[in-house]
Amino acid sequence: MNEILRAIYSSIIDGEQKVTTAKVQEALDQGTEPSAILNEGMVAAMAEVGKLFEEGEYFVPEMLVAARAMQSGLAMLKPYLVKADVKSSGKVVAGTVKGDLHDIGKNLVCMMLEGSAFEVIDLGSDVDPDKFVEAVHQTNADIVAMSALLTTTMPNMKVTIEALKAAGLRDKVKVLVGGAPLTQQYANEIGADGYAPDASRAVATAKSLIAA
Amino acid sequence: MEKRTFLERMSERGTLVLDGATGTNLQSRGLTKGLPAEVWVLEQPEKIIGLAQDFVAAGADIILTCTFGASSIRLEHTSLNGKGEMVNRRAAELAQRAVEGTPALVAGSIGPTGQLLKPLGPLDETDAIRSFAEQARYLADAGVDLLVVETQFDLAEAKAALTGIQMVTNLPVVCSFSFDRGTRTMMGVKPAQVGNEISPLGVAAIGINCGRSLEDNQKAMIELRDSTSLPIWFKPNAGLPQLDASGNPTYDISPEAMAAKVPEWISIGAKLIGGCCGTSPDHLAAIAKEVHKSQLFPSR
Repeated sequence: MNEILRAIYSSIIDGEQKVTTAKVQEALDQGTEPSAILNEGMVAAMAEVGKLFEEGEYFVPEMLVAARAMQSGLAMLKPYLVKADVKSSGKVVAGTVKGDLHDIGKNLVCMMLEGSAFEVIDLGSDVDPDKFVEAVHQTNADIVAMSALLTTTMPNMKVTIEALKAAGLRDKVKVLVGGAPLTQQYANEIGADGYAPDASRAVATAKSLIAA
Repeated sequence: MEKRTFLERMSERGTLVLDGATGTNLQSRGLTKGLPAEVWVLEQPEKIIGLAQDFVAAGADIILTCTFGASSIRLEHTSLNGKGEMVNRRAAELAQRAVEGTPALVAGSIGPTGQLLKPLGPLDETDAIRSFAEQARYLADAGVDLLVVETQFDLAEAKAALTGIQMVTNLPVVCSFSFDRGTRTMMGVKPAQVGNEISPLGVAAIGINCGRSLEDNQKAMIELRDSTSLPIWFKPNAGLPQLDASGNPTYDISPEAMAAKVPEWISIGAKLIGGCCGTSPDHLAAIAKEVHKSQLFPSR
């Protein structure tokens, strides 16, 4: 990895937004490949952040500042990625299910997915099953990612899966679920394709769902 | 009958029994999935009283109001927007009716705002303080015996809650954290930090609720105890949810298995013991029985 890419990488891990944007600009000015900035600088850094989170070294605050640094760099990079026709890892429609207003975890998942070069359509919180269906329809998404923090709202994941079935879209998308009260067993029971206990592992699961 | 106050009962020897879960129990009694429990305060008050009465019958010395999510910030995006005062007052009245004629006390429950404070999230500290103060005032005016700031994960938000509460009332306050990353909160806060930073803020007790496994919660309690001289409040989940045949979440720790841990919790230093998610009245009865047994035969 060259020096600038290394600087982008470590500035994201340290959550130094200003350094990240300055270094991304520098890299672009020098004519560095946009895909190299994305993959070697940003995606690699967010993968490391995810690893640190899983290991209990990083918590939500560290993850958030890292993700923000990544996002500001990504915003600068986006026009170049489009021009160079760099493909995203996949398209994800994400939201917290109906009745549930918690969005901290869902936001982290969205940020980590973006940091792994996914294109994310964030529907927000308290998302009606029909809204998920409509978004899948409109965007041709590869994955529907649903979050719930409450035991009282997690059954709406199943309701949403049923709505996707009823709309004839269930075979066209993979369903990824997560949230504090969930378990792999619950994900299996409601017929989801994947379960992730945290934002970092959501990325790994999303990748494996795309590859499957 | 003049009831002994919370502080009087805290000064006595022995352990007090708290209540069990609100949300999961109301759901098993028919609360529509996805509906905040506070909706039933207005629509199905007899169900709220019924659950509280079941906890009192099971041996609870303190029951919590159904107001965990009844701050104005949380209600804003629900059908109860603007009804904060009504919900908090009614919920306090329902709890008071449930304990009528018993020595049990009513604790006003105050949960987190659900948003992160600036700079990590969108919430202004002053707005958070205002929201907490407002809810505390409604509950205090309605005559609750104490307040419980529970399921906290961020030291700054817990401090904002205590600031807001102490601006409007002198009621005893308990502050309880959820260590849902094992022995750290999602923000990375350690039990010892809670002990060190919250103990000096004029709280009557400090504690742990929700979290993850019983083992992790117990570990967190040891760390907390070593960092504070305050009484410890302990309200762990009955394990993590599993799914039953009809698709409803159930919890994997049986009443007996949970109660079997009680002597250990008391020996670690728990002064107030109940349960969070998954703790049914049956769980609570088993817990209360163990607590009372330990009081009859105080071997430790």
